Amino acid sequence: MDQKFFHSVRLDKEKCKGCTNCLKRCPTEAIRVRGGRAHIINERCIDCGECIRVCDYHAKYAQTDPLASINRFKYKIALPAPSLYGQFKHLISASQVLEGLLKMGFDDVFEVAEGADIVTRAIRERMRGMGRDRYPVISSACPAIVRLIRVRFPDLIPHIIDVRQPMEVAAMVARREFCRAHDAKPEEVGCFFITPCAAKVTAIRNPIGHETSAVDGAISMLEIYGLLSSHIKSSPVDAAHPAHATAYGVGWASSGGEAAAVCPEHSMSVDGIENVIRVLEEIENDKLPDLVFFEGAACTGGCVGGPLTFENTYVARGAVRALMRGCDITHPDERVRASYLTKYNLLSDKNISANSAMRLDDDIVEAMRKMEEMEDIVRRLPGYDCGSCGSPTCRTFAEDIVRGYCNEMDCIHILKEQLKVMAQKMVELAKTTRE
Amino acid sequence: MSLLTNTYDVHKGEFETAGDASASIKRKLKQLGVDSAVLRRVAVASYEAELNLIIHSLGGQLTMEMNPEHIVLISKDVGPGIADIDKAMQEGFSTASEEARVLGFGAGMGLPNMRRNADGFAIESQPGIGTTIQMEFRLK
Repeated sequence: MDQKFFHSVRLDKEKCKGCTNCLKRCPTEAIRVRGGRAHIINERCIDCGECIRVCDYHAKYAQTDPLASINRFKYKIALPAPSLYGQFKHLISASQVLEGLLKMGFDDVFEVAEGADIVTRAIRERMRGMGRDRYPVISSACPAIVRLIRVRFPDLIPHIIDVRQPMEVAAMVARREFCRAHDAKPEEVGCFFITPCAAKVTAIRNPIGHETSAVDGAISMLEIYGLLSSHIKSSPVDAAHPAHATAYGVGWASSGGEAAAVCPEHSMSVDGIENVIRVLEEIENDKLPDLVFFEGAACTGGCVGGPLTFENTYVARGAVRALMRGCDITHPDERVRASYLTKYNLLSDKNISANSAMRLDDDIVEAMRKMEEMEDIVRRLPGYDCGSCGSPTCRTFAEDIVRGYCNEMDCIHILKEQLKVMAQKMVELAKTTRE
Repeated sequence: MSLLTNTYDVHKGEFETAGDASASIKRKLKQLGVDSAVLRRVAVASYEAELNLIIHSLGGQLTMEMNPEHIVLISKDVGPGIADIDKAMQEGFSTASEEARVLGFGAGMGLPNMRRNADGFAIESQPGIGTTIQMEFRLK
């Protein structure tokens, strides 16, 4: 498949009933139901996973790498997302999870929470002396939000912070340190992110902001949950592999954690993609002039609410909070060595481009003509937004007609009206012929 | 030359619909592929104009006219009119009601913000008759 359009979120056609649940929830209007099955418009999909969450038939799923795929590499490193810690209720230390991962067959582990510590310091350095015109600085941690901005808020792209995600930084540091310690070649080392969501999988296969990801694969938390929890249960508490991340880095697991570490004042943390959209609209309208830092998470609760997590979001959030109490509380500004910021390329090296999938046409005159036609059609439609035509709203249905994908008779309400008129005409015709 | 016109009725005091007209304008401009920097300025100005109609006017209309060269926003209301336009254009000057201030409006930045964001700005007002504001945004 063309990597440019790689998406982790997929449809299982066999399971899809062609209902309108996912259709209505997609924040970028990327789903249509045609021929009794859902279709995902690749150019628009941002891999937020809303459709996975809402599908009662489990027809939507996230493609991740199977655990066995780690064997492609001579050496395997696990990169556990901080949200993984929230999946286990009675942890005394994160080292129990790290130990469990080693037992599963990984040669080494590197906490993404430690990556978050490094990223925290890097963002703070980056924001120092940054012009006010870049405010509010928008977090780049949630890849679904970055993609949402590309599709729906292209004018806010310059606000996105150009520091790489914790997962990327963790992979870079983990690989280099492992190679040095074990005299290994970089290409012999595979770094695998233990992911709570589909968006991160896509961010690895089809990155934004840099050409290639330092991460080699993503394994779903759901896939390893059973195995890992049995290893954790049988592990001694004083595990051999110590956890290094600070409470700040671990805190990135939940919504608000990043802002608390990066910019505790004049920041806002919003979770749930619809809520994020509402606030981005406000930012676009300049209604939040005092805001310095904005953290948006597509999932309710933040990463602990990811579609590939096992534990209830709020239970997981509580578990992370409990774990944080036992972590080092030194701020990453003091804890993270300055040499990290110079030794590694922590900044994006590619500009984020707008995604023009919502555009009616590349030519503005033609786009205006289509808009006019669309408005005309909208006036004839009932405005029920019922989704029976297979488009999420009457407006998108009109858009689909203008784009040539369907016609007005696909609207059952218009069809019913037409049938009524035809039936009336037939009755009249029958009457006249009888006379 | 092709011209696209959209007119929205905006009613006095209807805070529950505040932002609907400007959100619709914004959505359309995005679908039309208008340059992001221009879009942002139109978004800010149209939102301010819409809120002004709700907070200060007796009701009116917000119109967006567009051709491939420019976008024109027109805010036209049926009163009460502005007695001293120079004063109204000053940053921080506001006659917003207590009700509007409680909601966080009335900082006296509306008109100056509109002027700052537009490439062309004209305001006309007659007490007892109404106010018309015209803003132009060049696309090229």
